[in-house]
Amino acid sequence: MTNMAAPVRPKRIIIADDEPPARRRLFDLLDELQPAFPHIVVAEVDNGRAALEAAQQGADVILLDINMPEMDGLETARHLLKMDNAPSVIFITAYEQHALAAFEVQAVDYLLKPVRRERLLAALQRVVPLTETQLEALPRGARRYLSISERGRLLLVPSDDVIFFRAEQKYITVVTAEKEHLLEDSLTRIEEEFGGRFLRIHRNCLARADLIETFERDADADGEAQWIVTLRGRPERLPVSRRQHAQVRSLAKRVRE
Amino acid sequence: MKTQILARKERDAREAVFPDLRNVGILARALMLYMAMVLGYALAITAQPSELIINIAVVLAGGLPVAALVGAAWALLAPWLRRLAYWQAAGLLAALTVVVAAWGARLTDAPAWRAVPLALLGLTAILGYFHTLGRALSPAVTEARLQALQARIRPHFLFNSINGVLGVLRADPKRAETALEDMADLFRVLMRENRELQPLADEITLTRQYLNLEKMRLGDRLNVVWKLDKMPLDAVVPPLVLQPLAENAVYHGIEPTQAAGVIEIEVARLRSEIIISVKNPFLERAGAHHGGNKMAMSNIRERLALHFDAEARVTSGPRDGRYQVQLVLPYVAMTKTTDTRSLV
Repeated sequence: MTNMAAPVRPKRIIIADDEPPARRRLFDLLDELQPAFPHIVVAEVDNGRAALEAAQQGADVILLDINMPEMDGLETARHLLKMDNAPSVIFITAYEQHALAAFEVQAVDYLLKPVRRERLLAALQRVVPLTETQLEALPRGARRYLSISERGRLLLVPSDDVIFFRAEQKYITVVTAEKEHLLEDSLTRIEEEFGGRFLRIHRNCLARADLIETFERDADADGEAQWIVTLRGRPERLPVSRRQHAQVRSLAKRVRE
Repeated sequence: MKTQILARKERDAREAVFPDLRNVGILARALMLYMAMVLGYALAITAQPSELIINIAVVLAGGLPVAALVGAAWALLAPWLRRLAYWQAAGLLAALTVVVAAWGARLTDAPAWRAVPLALLGLTAILGYFHTLGRALSPAVTEARLQALQARIRPHFLFNSINGVLGVLRADPKRAETALEDMADLFRVLMRENRELQPLADEITLTRQYLNLEKMRLGDRLNVVWKLDKMPLDAVVPPLVLQPLAENAVYHGIEPTQAAGVIEIEVARLRSEIIISVKNPFLERAGAHHGGNKMAMSNIRERLALHFDAEARVTSGPRDGRYQVQLVLPYVAMTKTTDTRSLV
């Protein structure tokens, strides 16, 4: 049985770093590692969004700089998790004391700049896909984008565009000026993440605090009277729960003044 | 080496230099102390609350001319007084105070037995205050504080720059060479004891070198506009006043966004002051992205205060859609003595 080993498919690698010399350096090092680690660099990108787009086209490994504008490496990795066949991630960072400690605890593979050839090879040879629990424990800021899977595609919705979130059974509906999307997440987590930017007006609803326009008692409610808010430019009349009443009222007051 | 240290110690011991009333900070403190004494005396002689205002006016009417005359003489004679031994200068000023107070008392028919001791007490209080303050800010103490405040570059920058050099090394060895030379210069300045004022032109060169390094990493994203046509060529400034501002501008105005941005650096002399201003794109979300610039700014603020007291000002904030930091410091020319720390 001379099952001739099929030629090893070269690994597809994405390089993501906002600084051209840093990308160049990685490219040069990878080139030298070609015999030890056959690969093709399928994309060189300078931000997290572009990295995600490149990853959709298919890749095995992504060398992901943590400090990038627009969308940093940690957020990019979080969105990658939602993709099918997401590439494995090797983080690259110059120096972030706090982050480094977290990486070590989570055994997430990371390389320090300047990256050494041997270290890069070792990392490439043992990469495994990231897990959600690993990522959860890493330092995180508020997401700049919400990633939504739609028919196998990853859609990025800027979190600044969201007008309100409404929880529905299994999903959260994300409402923007143009569209509505379904997101798998929890309102509590979103509320914590964006601290103050979205206000909890009801058990099942988070609304953009700075868009609250009116806060009034609903006249035509049959039976129990109810407080509702409306948001600038939106037709919805969103009910306010009794528990959140005081908080919403004080905010609405501040907005009016 | 040892003799040098001894010589310095000896100098420090002698260096109870007479306060320079021409310095804005010193003048302001002296005035505050004077007003406090006036208020205290007025309170002491007041029986009814309604009389307090009148009494303050009376005390001021009697005391202010004397204080103003002595103060004016002190300010005018300051360069000369400061060359005398401390006690000689103090004695001279006390004698002057006695004469002025006695003469003032005669003019206004006030009893000299009260006016003269009061004036002397006031002078003693003010001199005593500055003497204590001077000890607290003695060269040794100030030096230690300046050293602790030495501007520190972000470690991030060091590693990113090395990485940048490695990145261009193969494709553009010349560029890599220049970058390493710039780094060497930059770190030499960062690591030395930066106590003495340095030529402003050196600080500009250093900042240029720093920005060249960043340009290597950031490419077209970083653009710098220099406005130096009104810069005094002979000025000296505390070291590392501009470079940290440029570093902040890159960190907060350029790095967090992919769009190209412009950093404007302007240095100009306006009469007796030097104005240094650095503007960068104001990014609303930059605050969340990084830890804020409070460290570097308070460091510069404190160093300027140690060098120039109240004569230097630092302002910062968003302005016309850009973020601006402005330093105003006294213009000190290179030929003059550069030691401004012994004002008190």
